[in-house]
Amino acid sequence: MTINALDRRIIAATTGGLPLTPAPFAEVASWLGVPEQTVIDRMAAMLDTGVIRRVAIAPNHYALGMTANGMSVWDVDNARAIELGAQVGAFEFVSHCYLRPRADGWPYNLFAMIHGHNRDEVEILRAQIAALLGPACRASDILYSTRILKKTGLRLTEGGQ
Amino acid sequence: MKPLRRTPLAADALDGTDRVLINRMQDGLPLVPHPFAALATDLGLEEDALIARIQAMREIGAITRFGPFFDAEAMGGAFCLCAMEVPSNRFDAVMTLVNAHPQVAHNYERTHRLNMWFVLACERAAQIKQTAEQIERETGFPVLLFPKEHEFFIGFKVTA
Repeated sequence: MTINALDRRIIAATTGGLPLTPAPFAEVASWLGVPEQTVIDRMAAMLDTGVIRRVAIAPNHYALGMTANGMSVWDVDNARAIELGAQVGAFEFVSHCYLRPRADGWPYNLFAMIHGHNRDEVEILRAQIAALLGPACRASDILYSTRILKKTGLRLTEGGQ
Repeated sequence: MKPLRRTPLAADALDGTDRVLINRMQDGLPLVPHPFAALATDLGLEEDALIARIQAMREIGAITRFGPFFDAEAMGGAFCLCAMEVPSNRFDAVMTLVNAHPQVAHNYERTHRLNMWFVLACERAAQIKQTAEQIERETGFPVLLFPKEHEFFIGFKVTA
């Protein structure tokens, strides 16, 4: 997948978001000195290749009452991990879902971030995942975050490598 | 940029139309010259009125942003989740050493023997291992690497 120099300029211009105007792509186009349709076409191409996942609003789940989250981790039979992981990721309450390598003292290969209104709800949702995995899961745990130690947005320079 | 609001809004902060907008606009808007027009027609709103609602929801922190969501990896970056087991009496000192690396994108304290979890974001894959090894040397504690081996499609939705 390749992104060209114009794509990089579009990315740099929109990492902070699009302007909230009736014609946001026209405004981005005016910043970059290119036609509106060029911006739309390049963004559509990036959507096709997956560089852009979607153009949407991001709700603040804390503001909407989803204040509890836990990183649930599961030791799932390798032979079924892809199939079951896909079903776990499809739950509306799971925001991230990955297979990762196991480590010494760490038997878990499936990671799923669960969001809920409170910790009790997160535990109920966690039980739904456990029920789905059934005997294919040998062990599980959940790690709650107790403190944000650092949080920075993604940085991408216009001339990045 | 305003700091992210981390407390729930009052129950009456959003009306029914706001909630429909949040629920409908999470999935994606069309890449057309007037991306809000079709949704506005659907909801019986003027385009400007719909945009004013989004602006107001951003002001009160119900929405954090509007725009493209990029796949950082597809743009060529390298990312890795890392974890460390840090004794409580060394926690703050290690946190300071870890956070000093610009490659550390986020870092969370979590309830586990492995109590420090952070994401390394580098331009090239080789830099992940180099940075992790440097953190090991600086802190004296091992850094476990949990690169993603498979990413699943996510159905996550916040119901407003």
